[in-house]
Amino acid sequence: MSARLINWFKFSSPPAFYELAGKLVPWFSAVAVVLICVGLYMSFFVAPTDYKQGEGYRIIFVHVPAAWMSMFIYVVMALWSGIGLVFNTRLSAMMAQALAPTGAMFTFLALWTGAFWGKPMWGAWWVWDARLTSELILLFLYIGFIALQGAIDDNRRADRAGAILALVGVVNIPIIYYSVKWWNTLHQGASVSISKGSSMGEVMLITMLIMTLGFWAYSIAVALSRVRSIILERDRDTTWVSQLPEMQAR
Amino acid sequence: MSISEFFHMGGYGLYVWGSFGVSALLMVLEPILLRNRRRAILQRIARLIRLNTEVRNES
Repeated sequence: MSARLINWFKFSSPPAFYELAGKLVPWFSAVAVVLICVGLYMSFFVAPTDYKQGEGYRIIFVHVPAAWMSMFIYVVMALWSGIGLVFNTRLSAMMAQALAPTGAMFTFLALWTGAFWGKPMWGAWWVWDARLTSELILLFLYIGFIALQGAIDDNRRADRAGAILALVGVVNIPIIYYSVKWWNTLHQGASVSISKGSSMGEVMLITMLIMTLGFWAYSIAVALSRVRSIILERDRDTTWVSQLPEMQAR
Repeated sequence: MSISEFFHMGGYGLYVWGSFGVSALLMVLEPILLRNRRRAILQRIARLIRLNTEVRNES
């Protein structure tokens, strides 16, 4: 079937997407659990001890995936916000809203695991380094987005305001990514880069990629499951919600 | 490798387990919170439906 024959806009209607998301969540959850279990096993039992940082470097297997997800989720959130502004689809804004808490969580984890890595290696929990500071700004962007949407009662206006904030904040993403190049930072440069490939051991790289894919599946599962609650909360007075099978059983 | 050696992490125990522990905690907590949120909204809608049918029956 060619892509033109599928009506993609069908899934921009909350009832259709609610059902689709409900079917997808268990699959992504299962993939996430399997990948993260394999990734954790490899992190501790397969990946060799680092010759410089000993066992301490193992923090990389949560730190880097969490940091990547924090940036990736923000870009996806901004994309949904942009689509919402252009096509005026309600669902896009709900997707952006569903992604924000998970993105904020990964940003927090990137900062937290970074602190727990910085303390033994640099001797400080925190330094005002360009990479760390721009990641902290990302956390504030997420929190600002959530707070702004929560503060406006009218959903449509809240969505618009949030979307504009999300889009403006996108500037911060390349700043985080290139911060280690543009400024002299204590934070090390990228070990894995799009242009130069990887400079780390193969087992370490594979472990990190498995963890990243696991976090990625986790994020999708969690965001889809959250968007279902958001849809119900917003459409609670509609007929389609009252006719859902999960409501008939009550 | 013994179990105590494993948790000791060559002297980096606090940092490694502090990182993995908090990450695991949050990534378990978030799905639980989501389940509670879903339960709460389903209950609220059920109450709304009951309320509407009662109002309709009275009038």
